[in-house]
Parts: sequence; C-alpha cells; structure tokens
Amino acid sequence: MGQGTDALYTRTLTDLARGLKDGEFSSRELTESLLQRIDDHQQRLNAFITVTADDALQRADAADKARANGNESLLNGLPIVHKDLFCTKGVLTTCGSRILANFISPYDATVVERISAAGAVMLGKTNMDEFAMGSSTETSYYGPVTNPWNIKLSPGGSSGGSAAAVAARIVPAATGTDTGGSIRQPAALTGTVGLKPTYGRVSRFGMVAFASSLDQAGVITRSVEDAALLLSVIAGYDKRDSTSVDHPVPDYVAGLSKSVKGLKIGIVRQHFDEGLAADCEERVKAALTALKEEGATLIEIDLPNIDLSVPAYYVVAPAECSSNLSRFDGVRFGHRADNPEDLFDLYCRTRSEGFGAEVQRRIMTGTYVLSAGYYDAYYLKAQKVRQLISQDFKKAFENVDVIAGPTAPTTAFAIGEKTDDPIQMYLNDIYTIGANLAGLPGISVPCGFADGLPVGLQLVAPHFAEETILACAHQYQQLTDWHAQGPEEFS
Amino acid sequence: MNDNWEVVIGLEIHTQLATNSKIFSGASTAYGAEANTQACLIDLGYPGVLPVLNGEVVRMAVKFGLAVNATVATRSVFARKNYFYPDLPKGYQISQYELPIVENGELTIRDEDGKEKRIGITRAHLEEDAGKSVHEGFGQETGIDLNRAGTPLLEIVSEPDLRSAKQAITYMRKIHSIVRYLGISDGNMQEGSFRCDANVSVRPRGQEKLGTRAELKNLNSFRFIEKAINFEIERQIEILEDGGKVVLETRLYDSDKDETRAMRSKEEANDYRYFPDPDLLPVELDEEFIESVRKSLPELPDAKLSRFVEQYKLKPADAEILTVSRALADYFEEVAENTDAAVQVAANWVIGDLAAALNNESIDIGDSRIEAAALAGLLNRIADNTISGKIAKEIFNAMWSGEGGADDIIEAKGLKQITDSSAIEEIVDAVIEANPGQVAEYRGGKEKLLGFFVGKVMQDSGGKANPGQVNEILKKKLSDG
Repeated sequence: MGQGTDALYTRTLTDLARGLKDGEFSSRELTESLLQRIDDHQQRLNAFITVTADDALQRADAADKARANGNESLLNGLPIVHKDLFCTKGVLTTCGSRILANFISPYDATVVERISAAGAVMLGKTNMDEFAMGSSTETSYYGPVTNPWNIKLSPGGSSGGSAAAVAARIVPAATGTDTGGSIRQPAALTGTVGLKPTYGRVSRFGMVAFASSLDQAGVITRSVEDAALLLSVIAGYDKRDSTSVDHPVPDYVAGLSKSVKGLKIGIVRQHFDEGLAADCEERVKAALTALKEEGATLIEIDLPNIDLSVPAYYVVAPAECSSNLSRFDGVRFGHRADNPEDLFDLYCRTRSEGFGAEVQRRIMTGTYVLSAGYYDAYYLKAQKVRQLISQDFKKAFENVDVIAGPTAPTTAFAIGEKTDDPIQMYLNDIYTIGANLAGLPGISVPCGFADGLPVGLQLVAPHFAEETILACAHQYQQLTDWHAQGPEEFS
Repeated sequence: MNDNWEVVIGLEIHTQLATNSKIFSGASTAYGAEANTQACLIDLGYPGVLPVLNGEVVRMAVKFGLAVNATVATRSVFARKNYFYPDLPKGYQISQYELPIVENGELTIRDEDGKEKRIGITRAHLEEDAGKSVHEGFGQETGIDLNRAGTPLLEIVSEPDLRSAKQAITYMRKIHSIVRYLGISDGNMQEGSFRCDANVSVRPRGQEKLGTRAELKNLNSFRFIEKAINFEIERQIEILEDGGKVVLETRLYDSDKDETRAMRSKEEANDYRYFPDPDLLPVELDEEFIESVRKSLPELPDAKLSRFVEQYKLKPADAEILTVSRALADYFEEVAENTDAAVQVAANWVIGDLAAALNNESIDIGDSRIEAAALAGLLNRIADNTISGKIAKEIFNAMWSGEGGADDIIEAKGLKQITDSSAIEEIVDAVIEANPGQVAEYRGGKEKLLGFFVGKVMQDSGGKANPGQVNEILKKKLSDG
C-alpha cells in the first residue's frame, strides 16, 4: 500500500480524485481500504444490503489501467455506493423489501449507468426503508440502520444506509432518492450533505418507483463540492424517462465559487412555528446569521399553504405507490408464495408475505383515496393543494433567490421511538415535503450540533437553480467546519 | 323482430394500430412470434422501467379523428386503469380516461330502409393491449404470453345510436373500411386487430329512458357480432316480456352454441381507480400538426363513392362495393383508366368475375392473380370485337391460371372472333340447309326459333362468330327464302 492509505476513508471524493491523479495511491488500494471499512462496520451500522467486492476490485483494476493509459474519466476509480432501489445489472436490487429479496436486475438504472460510465467503482448497495417508505430506515426487511453518531438512534430515512455510510466515513459518496425528504432528512440527521435536484433534472429510469411524480434521484456526500461533482455526472435528459427535462447541464463545480453577497434568502415564517426543537432552531438561525454576515439578505416570507403539505403528500404519494407496487404480484419476478391454491391466493399471500406493514398501510391508503366516490374528496383535492403550494413557492421566488430553514424538526430520534406512531414519523418530513410537491431542488448541509447530534440547514431554490443552492451551501462550508467533523466512534 | 321493443346498441371497437413497435416500448408488434419473445423489460413491467410514448400512434389517432369529423384534443392525458390480472404485467393498463385524444365524431350509415343515419362517435382513445393467458398445455397451471402486451390500440366508442344488429354491422364495417383506408390498422379480425364489445339493451318503443344493458365481450367476426347481438336482443325481450329484469352484466358470446353467457356482473366488477399516469406527460398537439395530418389524409370511402358515381357514372350500389377497400377501388380505377371498354363493363368485371375468383381462393385484391393492367387488356379485346364476352370469361379463367396475357391466350387458343361476313354466311347457310323443318316453321311465323338458329351457328363456329353479325345474317337469309 502507498503512503497514508489507512486514512483514505476520511477524504472527500474531490480529494481522492486528486490523490489518484497524483499517484498517491491506486484505485485498487482505495477500493480495498474502503471494502475493509465496510466490513468492519457493517455489524454496527447495517448500512449495506449487498457488498460487491469482487466486481469492485475488477473495476478498480480497470480504472488503474485506464489511468495508466492516460484515459481519465471524471470519476475514474472513485468509490460510490447506490441506494438499493437503483437497478444494478447482475446485482441484487431489493428496495429493502422481502418481495424483491431475490431480484437480480437485468439492467442498470440511468443514474448507475452514468456514474459507472464516468469510471466510478461501485462498492455495494445501501440499506433503506422498504420501497423508500419511511423516515427512519426501520421499515427495511433487512433490519434498521443505525446512526453513526449514536447507534441507538436512527439515521433518518429512507436513504438511511447511504447517509450512515457517508457519515461514518465508510464511503465519501452515495446515491439516494428523495420523495418527501428521503435524502435531505437523513443527511440532516447524520451530519452529511444531501442534495435533491429539481424533479426531471435526473432520470428516474431504473429507480424502483415509489411515487412517480415526487421521486427524484440525488446524492449524499460530505462536501457540497462532491455533491456538485456527482450532479454534473447524473444530471441530464434521458429519452427513457419522459418526465426528465431537456435542460442544459451547467458545470456545477465551477459554479460553487459564486459568493453569497447580495443573495436574497427567504426565511419561511411557518418553519419556525411550534414543532421545531429549540436547539435546532438556534443552530439554523446561527447559520442564517453567518450567511447574512457574508452579505446575504434575509427576508421573511410566507408559504401560506405549506401546513397542508404533509396531508397532501400522504394522499398523492400513497395513491401513486398503490399503483406502482401492483406489479409485485409473484407472477414474473420477486417473491412468490409457495403452492398457491388459485390466483387470488397467489396474489394475497405473495403480497402479504412480501410487503412489510408500512408498505401495506400505504398501499391501502392509496387504494382508498383513488376509489370511486373518494377520488374527488382526496386525490383530486390533494392535487389542488399541491398546485397551491407550488404557486406559493413560485410567488415567494419572485422576491428571493433561495429559501432557507431547518431540514428536520429535531435531531436524530431513537430507533423504535416513532414506529408505533406513523403520524409522528410522517411529521419528520414537514419541512422537506414542500420541495417535492413543487418539484424544486433542495439541499441539506450540516450546520452544527445539538447535544452532540447533527443539525441540518435546508436550502431550496427555483426549478433548475441547483447552482444557487450549491454555491450558497458551498460558501457556508467555507465558513464552517461542521461537515468535516465525524462521529468519534467511527473516526 | 318485435314491434313493441326498441333495440339500442353502442359499440366499443378496439383497433390495433399498425405500428412496427409497441405504444410505450421499442419491442416489435409482429403477430405470431414464439411466446414472450417480443416483450421487453418495459412490456414485462419490470421494476424501475418507464413508458415512452410512440409518436406514431398519436399521428394515427389524429388521422382517425379527422376522418370521422371529430374534435382532436390539443391536450390529452394518459391514465392508469388499475386491476390485477396475470396477463397485465404492471397491474394497470395505460389508457386514456377523462381526456381522450379524439372526441365527438360522427359517421353516416344507411339503415335497413336505405335512409341515411348519423351515428355519433363519443370518443376514441389510445391504450395498450394486455398479454394473453394460455390455458392449454400447462396442466393445472396457466401460461402467460406477453407478446401482445403493450400493442397499441385505438378504442372507438360509439353513441348508443344503433337500432339493430344490422346497423351495428354496417357501422362496424364502415369503421373497418376507414381504418384500413387510413392505413392505421390492418383490420385483421382473425389476429384480433379489429374486435368489438357491444352494449345492448332494449326498451319499450316510445320510452325515453334506456333499458338495462348487457355488454357482449370480444366479438371478432362480423358474422358472430350480428348473431350475438340478435341472440342478446331476443334474450332480453323474453326476460322483459316474462316480467323479469335484465341484469347489468358482461356476457361472452359462444359461437359454437350461438348464445351469450354471463361472465361477471357489473356489481362485482373492478373499481379501476383511474388516475393520470405520472410517468407520461400530457400529449399536447398544436394546430399546425393537426393540419399537417389533415393534409396527409387519403380520399375516404364516402368521398370516393361520390366521385365514382359522378366521374364514372357508376350505379351507387356498384360504387359502394368498389369503395369498400382502398385497394379494390385503386384496382378498379386502374382497370377503368387502361381500357377502351365502357367503365360500367370494367366495374361489372371487377365486381363479378374478379371478386368471385378472389373469394373462391379467399385472397385479397392485393394478391390477385390478374393485375389491373392485364384485366384492362382483356376488356380491350371485347371492346374492339376481337372476342365476345363469353369467350372473354374463358380467357379470364386461363389468365387466372397463369397462362399469360389475354392476347397470348387468344392467339394460342385461336379464340379470335369471326367477324368476316362471308365466313359467317357459310356457317349460316350450312345450318339452314341442315334444318329444313325448323326453317319452314320459322318462315311460317314461328320467329322465336331464331334463338335456335343462333345457337347452332355459334356452336358450329366454336363460339367465335360475332353474335351481332350472326343475328343479322340469319334474319336476312331466313327471310330471304
């Protein structure tokens, strides 16, 4: 091994890229070191469902060879892990569910394909709430993921495996998906950076669908710079996803240097109402003050309908999920009940055995809200609310460049604490869901600690203004070192 | 039928659109491939895959809309129709529900009395077909063939304007003719490319309110549709006359037994939980696109029929037969334009001998063994008196058997008509000489014996003597005596 490979895991993607380029270490050394790290901490964190060690080493060797030949693609030889709802060719893709516990995907998701084409080395697939339905990574068929800052706590969810792996300095970067906050909330609870791009910015092709009109792929990293680097790779139109948008992809890394001077930051009055823990409020306000001191203007704004976002979300998302999950019927792939008596029995038992309680709850809720006689009262009304919320954001962005506030109402909560109370669990996404309903880009960056636990600052921008929030978040990271602090237990 | 009852029928016609690939994937739509070889991951409903609309189906649907004088929606939306069935891979069918691509069209048919009748077309919407369950060859289990899954369909829904099985068939034939004219469907009923469900009800004559209907499913031949509807009408009238009630239900037609059977009642039917498909954007069309499609429309059956009557002075009934398919109409026009024979003669041959020959071998006009130009050549020989109409039929058969063109066959078989008066006179003289008794009778006033003499002369000439000349010469010679 080359010099200093024992601490490679502490470095960011951008740092590692430099090291590889300078010949400080090889991709194989880097890969071996991180695989070892995965192995060392899997038992405590349960962040991974699958580790693809053999493939990873082969890819690493290929990357080293490519580098030797002067063939250096953007992510050549750099490590990545994918949330287990991205389809990965020839690799188990479970979505955290028993119903896909035997599903080897025959194809790669566009996100996986693009990252792989850029030369990255996939080390494995991360644990998650079943079908991304949850805010604590406790609904996984593969057991809960723990929070590296305190393993009695939840890392949030649904991209909890990705967040925990990045927070624990196991890998520098992971993909995630965000339907109601599933990237930003776990990023906040683990002290990492979580970026959810604009709906349509990144292709959904090959992402196992939860709620199609809300799902968006993104990344979890430790530095904003890494998030920008990865977004440059995964963003862009994909003809296989009709909802992806043909909008130019800027150089997100180059855009980071933009100062916050003159930036108009909207502070949502409703975000600081009751429900937000006092210590979190304090940290978020301190972060806003720091930005103000750098020359940004803070402007109080109103999102009059934002209080309706959670109820609207919990109609729209289950409705779409109830339909999206119909294909898991035991006929073509995935779990199938043994010896079905007839078709009805096959469906009932396959789905009862294959889906966990939360997924079943949402399928039932969704089926109900779409049913004849209820459609107008629930689904249609929720869509109208969604329109109102979108308009609220649109109006707000006439006066401000970004909207800033807390990512989550509290720091990490104990595993098991909210599992018996779905409503309490749902309320954890109260600040993040609005961006999904309106299709806006959002990012969570670490902004300090409360009782030793990370707190996240959320920034939301208009459609396709990822550059604005990336630059603002990056500038904030230049002022602070919260993101550079890791959990002691995993140092 | 029964004068006390009025029959009300509405049809839902499923037309398979003639695209090369499926409506939401790139897999082939070709018929008859080995099971599950033409279903890609999208058709199989694999986790993570997404549908992408095939633009060609939109163009086809617009063509249809314009052809039936409908409103083409500048914005239409795909929706999911949710239900579980093994041959429905995603657990939902992508269809159009609240906002279909075509609305408010119409068609004119002729009813039983020959009167024109307007039939409203409520809507036509795009959707994907499901796969097929295969029950033979799997013991207690059922096989699934998903080749057909994702095949594009245009579902054409009529208003309940049809008043008899006959009208229903007339309407359906007309739709069949239009989709084939437009080239948007091959209309092949055996392969299921054109099939229909019929909503049938009866009500006391004079009553405004519609009776309870039954939906007859999956009727895939014109003959069965007519039989199924007629059976259903009688069944319902019988129930009502016995004081019973018709149940709202779906019924299947059994062609072997010629009866309809209850399949499922609407009460236990699925709640399809339609909602807009979030994976697909609304289809937005601008006027410019719609106009460009309008300009690409071919001449349609009704317009062609009128033109045939006007331009060629054909009998409307003949023109109707000739315009049923675009290929037949084109064939006729090619014959008519390449022959010196009267246009009506050309029409008679196409409708008569040619159609019979095609029917006899169950082949389409496109596969005719005699090309239009060749048939025109044959008709030219009638027109210029080289052959008689009777000999022409013989030559037609020889041409059909592949013996060559009309001229070659006339030459080879020596079938040229005898128009030389002296040659005909010779035969006539011989006939007169050989039949003195008949000659005497004729001359005694029994003039209908002329036919006997004509027959004899034609026989002796081997059918080749020009019939007109034979008549003339015979009359002259017989009266000369």
